[in-house]
Amino acid sequence: MRFKGMLGLLSAAAMSVALAGGALAQDKTVKIGAIFPLSGNAASAGVHAKAAIEVAIDIINNAHPELGNFPLAKNAGLAGLGGAKVEVVFADNQGSPATGQNQALRLITEEKVVALTGAYQSGITLTASAIAEKYGIPFVNGESVASNLTERGFKWFFRTTPIATDFAKVYYEFLTDMKAAGAKTDTVALVHDNTEYGSSVANVITTVFKEKGMAAPIDVAYPANSTDIQSQVLTLKEKKPDVVLMVTYTSDAILFAKTMQAQDYKPPMLLADDAGYSDPSFLKAVGKISQGAFNRSSWSVGAAGSTTAIIADLYKKKSGDEMDDTAAREMQGFFVLMEAIDRAGSTEPAKIQAALKATDLKPNQLMMGYRGVKFDDKGQNVLASGIIIQLQDGENYVAVWPKDGAEKTPVLPYKGW
Amino acid sequence: MSFVLVQVIVGGLLLGAVYALFSSGLTLVWGMMNIVNFAHGDFVMLGMYVAYVVFTLFGVGPLAGAPLATLVLATLGIVVYFGLIRDIMKGPMLAQILGTFGLALLLRYSVFWWFGANFLSLPQNIVGGTFAFWGLRIEASRLLAGVVALLVTLGLHLLLTRTSLGSKMLAVAEDATAAQLMGIRPDTMQAVAWAIAAGATGLAGALIATFFYIVPTVGETLGIVAFVTVSLGGFGSVPGALVAGLLIGVIESLSGYLIGAVYKDIVVYALFLSFLWFRPQGLMGKT
Repeated sequence: MRFKGMLGLLSAAAMSVALAGGALAQDKTVKIGAIFPLSGNAASAGVHAKAAIEVAIDIINNAHPELGNFPLAKNAGLAGLGGAKVEVVFADNQGSPATGQNQALRLITEEKVVALTGAYQSGITLTASAIAEKYGIPFVNGESVASNLTERGFKWFFRTTPIATDFAKVYYEFLTDMKAAGAKTDTVALVHDNTEYGSSVANVITTVFKEKGMAAPIDVAYPANSTDIQSQVLTLKEKKPDVVLMVTYTSDAILFAKTMQAQDYKPPMLLADDAGYSDPSFLKAVGKISQGAFNRSSWSVGAAGSTTAIIADLYKKKSGDEMDDTAAREMQGFFVLMEAIDRAGSTEPAKIQAALKATDLKPNQLMMGYRGVKFDDKGQNVLASGIIIQLQDGENYVAVWPKDGAEKTPVLPYKGW
Repeated sequence: MSFVLVQVIVGGLLLGAVYALFSSGLTLVWGMMNIVNFAHGDFVMLGMYVAYVVFTLFGVGPLAGAPLATLVLATLGIVVYFGLIRDIMKGPMLAQILGTFGLALLLRYSVFWWFGANFLSLPQNIVGGTFAFWGLRIEASRLLAGVVALLVTLGLHLLLTRTSLGSKMLAVAEDATAAQLMGIRPDTMQAVAWAIAAGATGLAGALIATFFYIVPTVGETLGIVAFVTVSLGGFGSVPGALVAGLLIGVIESLSGYLIGAVYKDIVVYALFLSFLWFRPQGLMGKT
């Protein structure tokens, strides 16, 4: 794969030369770098992320009075910077931590971006944000959930999404409620890939469950992007867990759904940790054979005419797909970054950093169902939270837990197909 | 327990047959021209997309999709040979490698541009669901792919060893100049080899599409397996690819089940390397 790297480097160099020439012409713009998997195995997620950011750019740069008091929507441009427009330079991480790191370096040193966002896969956010830290450039992440990202003592890294420890507690409480309602939840199998995301989330869930006095989950690890996962499905079939908890990206999630049907295996309850199960292409490909799957989310479309419904509509027009939780969290992260820049009234990295530290957004200023956005010393949003949704009809998720805010009641057992 | 183990082995054999199916085209080109086709995985991907398009347009399964994918890819094989391979074969080794690598990226991102990055999938029951007997479960789609893999491998082997076309192709592979003196056109023979190889690959793609997800980068996932299968089986040996494919499939499944999926690639590649250490030409390759 050395050739791929070489080729990538050459084209990156060519692109940066071309882009740098054009950038000099404009002055009143705020330049942000966004790193996403625009090619490679997670390209589906990356393309949706890009669409979400583009919708956010539209909302910021043009007047959107229909969005009411949603931050940055009302007038065109950033009011705090005299109506300056935001410009986002997208970079492709190709699903590789090394590429993600190179792209961060390029965006900072060549493109002179004032802040970064991205990079979807936790393992790539890890490497890309290390570069931002080194150069003293704010990096706001809206979607990567590996716990260690905010345990590195970084000063320039901020994360708006709820993380593995938050979800693990959500799962624990959800399972406890389901048990009280008569469901069997004694044995849990934890199916996860061996990426930064899969293994770290699995690790945290195991720790939290043990702390709460539950039996340690059965660990079913597998290599990401497998050609075949029959043996894992057979392991599950043999161990008969009450709950199967899936921590997987899209490609493997699709393969699991197909193989589970082929092997006629239905766990009594299937609970997914977002990621692959939230990808619209997962729903289109195998939603019909994954009916009854639970999933976690922080996104809910809401009533017609609401801010979230209007944003969802704009997104659908842009991408052709329904807004999913991952794209929405990315968009929220970007809005938080832009709100801080607007409030800072400056594109100086240190001033943006200070503004981010002072961020205190209320639920009604957000598109996500968080209790707010407020960062702790580590840069983690302490008000992030999540809900449980269920794929009852095989096409669209509905909120089922917690009770207040639920659209439907949870249905058991897992129906599959 | 024992039932599960049998299921694991059967699953491994079916998986291995598919590996063999999409490796036979690669081994043919490799054996005939000493060209490493890095675009091979993307040929598989194109076959999958042809099957998908046929399904969405006409609502029919691999019965129509597979022949069409074979035809489309065979044509592409000829175009690629005359448009690219014939010229880069004269160049240095590095040009050959980068040439097919560029082709791989061109194909991948053309599909990416046209179809988007979304994961696609054919309906699960497109090839008659699943057979269940004696506690075993076998997907009809995988069984079909496995049977076709055996037939295609056998067919290619017979073509190469029993027909005059095969003899001509082998003659060109041995010594193109000598073959030319005997009145065989190396150009035509090599183009035929590309057509056959790409056609078989397209067929493989169309069949794999019945049970695998379809995405522009799927060639990356499948391509590596093809290279390992071909080098284990022996460069240029079609039966070798079959045996190697089955072997890899079973070892992968068994080690994935018995030791854990995260370790299965370690087992497969450790065995692979230690085997090549003793027998660098592969199972059935000539020294």
